[in-house]
Amino acid sequence: MNLTLKIWRQKSATAEGQMVSYDVSGISADSSFFEMLDTLNQKLIMSGGDPVSFDHDCREGICGTCSLYINGRPHGPEKGVTTCQLHMRSFKDGDTIHIEPWRARAFPVISDLIVDRSAFDKIIQAGGYVSVNTGGVPDANTIPVPKEKSDEAFDAATCIGCGACVAACSNAAAMLFIGAKVSHLALLPQGQVEAAKRVQQMVACMDELGFGNCSNTYACEAECPKGISVSNIARMNREFLSAKLFAEKEKIIQDSL
Amino acid sequence: MLLYSSITKKVLMALAGLFLVTFLCVHLGINLMLLKGDGGLMFSEAATFMGTNQVIKVFEIVLFAGFLLHILFGILVSFQNRAARPTAYACGNSSETSFFSKYMFHTGIIVFIFLVLHFIDFYFIKIGIVAPPPGIASHDFYHRTLLLFSSPWYSLLYIISFLFLGIHLNHAIQSGFQTLGWNHSKYMDAVKFIGSAYSLLITVGFSIVPLYILLSK
Repeated sequence: MNLTLKIWRQKSATAEGQMVSYDVSGISADSSFFEMLDTLNQKLIMSGGDPVSFDHDCREGICGTCSLYINGRPHGPEKGVTTCQLHMRSFKDGDTIHIEPWRARAFPVISDLIVDRSAFDKIIQAGGYVSVNTGGVPDANTIPVPKEKSDEAFDAATCIGCGACVAACSNAAAMLFIGAKVSHLALLPQGQVEAAKRVQQMVACMDELGFGNCSNTYACEAECPKGISVSNIARMNREFLSAKLFAEKEKIIQDSL
Repeated sequence: MLLYSSITKKVLMALAGLFLVTFLCVHLGINLMLLKGDGGLMFSEAATFMGTNQVIKVFEIVLFAGFLLHILFGILVSFQNRAARPTAYACGNSSETSFFSKYMFHTGIIVFIFLVLHFIDFYFIKIGIVAPPPGIASHDFYHRTLLLFSSPWYSLLYIISFLFLGIHLNHAIQSGFQTLGWNHSKYMDAVKFIGSAYSLLITVGFSIVPLYILLSK
């Protein structure tokens, strides 16, 4: 296959970037998208140029590291796959392929196609955890969990935090990511202790980081490589509302000297 | 207002929006009385009732508050949403999503412009800010309507406005349910269907009146 690539090149976080055109030839239709980019980078290195930086790690669709916006869609044209699971047979010989980084105020570009997604880590730190007691290991299955709930929680927990939802959203909103994280803990008994606090803190953190508001276009669900449903956003909205309206207030104990 | 969290803002917008949706139904009911062909007797009676009843007067304030809340929050979240992506993509988004859901701000602006015109044409005349056209009393909505719809251009503008309102509502109703957290596999398909049917009813229902008046001239 012979292809024309239009790739976003940006030397550093502060440098100005632009789309640069490259031609690659002799690409096998069975090679992966990253193998195609590796070929380009090899060519650039051999000719003394600067290779294109892009994020990748496991290359088997489970780590959530890869993040390319290909021809107007996060992770490219196929449904339910990450960029690393995309193969060149999804394109035609002679195609022009636009490759851009995720675009969001909360995800600043570090270099070329790599963005800083530590905003997601900050949101998880704000509430995406459960407290556990120290001591002996409890017996397995001591806490009963209804099958339907455990299935729903598992579906939400399959989120790999790649950020495709933010990249696809016309508002750069992170609601599907947080909806999934809030849901998978809210559905399980272990998540109940911090439930009210969790949703409020995670939403507050999301707002602070400069993500947009949800306008229910559902582009996030369409592009999520794990097919996470927007019903998780509705569940988060329910959790948030009930926490705001009905959660017990925290008693602040005055220090009486 | 600025300090509210994103979800609180959207929930208030959804509540105000869904209230406005129920009001549209009442308004449509009164408008359709124009089709009765009784010289506007029933329509004028309903208009007088809406203008004088004390309970309705309270709801009028709620309605104006609803408009204000929905519009102000709509503008606010739209600006925040634009700020959330300072650098646009070179290759526009082509994700599988309902086309019009991305243009709620734009359809909202068109409906807002119509709302302003509608206020100047009726409400401002009623409360005496704008002078009524010669020969028509300030509270005579029936003859005012006939005069406005006798112009094909005004009728066309009116119908186009309702077309955009229909597009706005088609996404808005199910979106309001989602924002309020009322999304469940048991009934979400029904909500989407009823939302689309209702928006069609509003567009067709409101458009019938000018068409009827133009054609029966």
